Amino acid sequence: MIHEFKKVWKPYTIGMLWLLGLLWPLMGIHADGTLTFQKTVTVWSYILAGSLVCLMIYVMKTSGSLKFITGPVTRVTGGARSATTALPSWVWIVLLLGVALVYPQFAGRYGTDVAINVMLYICLGLGINVVVGLAGMLDLGYIAFYGVGAYTYALLNVTYGLAFWVCLPFAALFACLAGCIVGYPTLRMRGDYLAIVTLGFGEIIRIILNNWMSLTNGPNGILGIKPIGIYIPIFENGLTFEHIWVKKLQLFYYFALGLAIFAAIAVRRLNYSRVGRAWESIREDETAAELMGVNTFIYKLLAYAMGAAFAGLAGAFFAARMKFVSPESFTFLESAMVLCMVVLGGMGSIPGIILGVIALIALPEVFRELQSYRMLVFGATMVIMMLFRPSGLIPAKRVGTRSEEKEG
Amino acid sequence: MEYFIQQLINGITLGGMYALIALGYTMVYGVIQLINFAHGEFFAAGGYVGAIALAYFAGNGYMDSHPIICLTGSFMIAMAYCAYLAVGVEKIAYKPLRKNSRLAVLLSALGMSIFLSNGMMLTQGVYDKVYPSELFQGRFDFGDMITISYLQILIVSLTAVLLVGLNLLVFKTKIGMAMRATAQDKTMSSLVAISSNRIISLTFAIGAGLAAAAGIMYGLYYGSVKYDMGFVPGIKAFAAAVLGGIGNITGAMIGGLIIGMVEIFGAGYISGEYKDVFAFIILIAVLYFKPTGIMGENIDDTRV
Repeated sequence: MIHEFKKVWKPYTIGMLWLLGLLWPLMGIHADGTLTFQKTVTVWSYILAGSLVCLMIYVMKTSGSLKFITGPVTRVTGGARSATTALPSWVWIVLLLGVALVYPQFAGRYGTDVAINVMLYICLGLGINVVVGLAGMLDLGYIAFYGVGAYTYALLNVTYGLAFWVCLPFAALFACLAGCIVGYPTLRMRGDYLAIVTLGFGEIIRIILNNWMSLTNGPNGILGIKPIGIYIPIFENGLTFEHIWVKKLQLFYYFALGLAIFAAIAVRRLNYSRVGRAWESIREDETAAELMGVNTFIYKLLAYAMGAAFAGLAGAFFAARMKFVSPESFTFLESAMVLCMVVLGGMGSIPGIILGVIALIALPEVFRELQSYRMLVFGATMVIMMLFRPSGLIPAKRVGTRSEEKEG
Repeated sequence: MEYFIQQLINGITLGGMYALIALGYTMVYGVIQLINFAHGEFFAAGGYVGAIALAYFAGNGYMDSHPIICLTGSFMIAMAYCAYLAVGVEKIAYKPLRKNSRLAVLLSALGMSIFLSNGMMLTQGVYDKVYPSELFQGRFDFGDMITISYLQILIVSLTAVLLVGLNLLVFKTKIGMAMRATAQDKTMSSLVAISSNRIISLTFAIGAGLAAAAGIMYGLYYGSVKYDMGFVPGIKAFAAAVLGGIGNITGAMIGGLIIGMVEIFGAGYISGEYKDVFAFIILIAVLYFKPTGIMGENIDDTRV
């Protein structure tokens, strides 16, 4: 353990001193011409204490001094893992679904509200997963398609009075079209450029929503969107249908749950299809994929359009639930948040994304008083995940075997 | 015509700032082929530290007795601070991932960018930080329409000095030669005893220093800075770097000037509300029709 500690103490000390030097000018120099040190040192020592604990745990874990704790824990988790693999996966899915179905009966209004948010973000996360996780393209303007979906439903509903179920395909279609318009010129380039161009496109769509007063009512947004309407059968004197609005949150929750389940099934089917294989080959090596006869441009465009369509669906549900849309909801930070969920959970892994969304939506609700630290933690999470566990909390299972594994 | 000349002057001022930010992108890209998403945050941090330093000097009353020294001092402090910040960020978030996939480095850079801007928000507050406005109130008037403020002259001349200095550093000194060698071939340059780690740190430091200078100029010009102000100028400066040919220093300067002009003329003649869109449209058009940019050499597939 001493040996391991010797290896890390030097960069750690330098790093902490660096942080102190970074914090002091921001916190210790005041406009009235005074210099203070106390506040900076206080904040810094909190960070120091916290990171020192993490460092000690890390060192003890790598050196094996924690065997007396990790031993039993790995035995338990190993046992749990063998139990999970022994049980067929449908048992887990049924359990999860059961919990999801009865959840609103126990949770209050607030809890249901959070759960609806979780469902919408699962759909968004699964959609961006098609682009980032399966096809390996970084898309930073993703939330714009969510906006396109939301505005499609809002405008069609408010101006033409079309019902939700009529607008839903249009929301997906328009988001898909927007995806193609963005994707067509940008997908010829690789990686880094694509990221920043999609970022630019996301901003363009937001600026247009903000400034096209005659269509979108600008920053004031669109009010008076109708909720989902459904017909329920009534069996008094013959069969008649009664039309009701889904205004109750608990009822809406089930529709959002349906959306999330639909997205999960669709993404799974896509992943294991021929198209999914093509995406995966593009992600691993684009040149090789092209040589094997994969039309990379078409498949990348398809991934982009598919991802956008999921966002469009989620957007329509969002508009129906809030009954109000404005460009404020579709900023870059939302894109970054969805991306962070996918990165945390594991790119390409459906259970991982569900876990990531729950972690990043539900946890901030629990720690409400730390709300202002939320984005700071998101940013740090992305860096830390990339440094220590790039495949996420629940890594994706690979389809087939790779050549190295076979040889080894 | 007078309106045109006035817009031209404003465009050069803004373009100079974009050129300074774009240099950071292009130099880092030239050396390690990475788009440094956190670069816009260096620009914002520079603006903040400049504001803090100026306020400190003003609070002590040095501002009235020695304004030039205070201003120079603030620029120095902000540039040194951002260089220091950038070197650390590179060591923490980029260096360990150099061997990983491109996606991992991009995501790490993006996370760092979010982290830095929110860190600034938490330490400095969510509201605009105001620059002392009594600086450089004067201006020259030519005719009825054309005015050049002292501030604009200061910004343009300082930008010119920095750009010339950078050019001298990169093309005339031994360090510059080492940087160019590392950018061309990392293995080969390490064989002739150039430490690529040190050169990469140096590149980050220089790029961030230039961005910090631009941050102070931006704060002086617009009167205030905000924690998330690095985002949009960052993308525009990236557009400038791509327009000039990414990896090419002269190209970034020209690209920055062009983007600044386009934004000002677009806002003046077409629509002020859509002024942010023009830079993006240029970026997309350049990438679509001539991805190597104006001055760029041919980029093979592995670098794009």
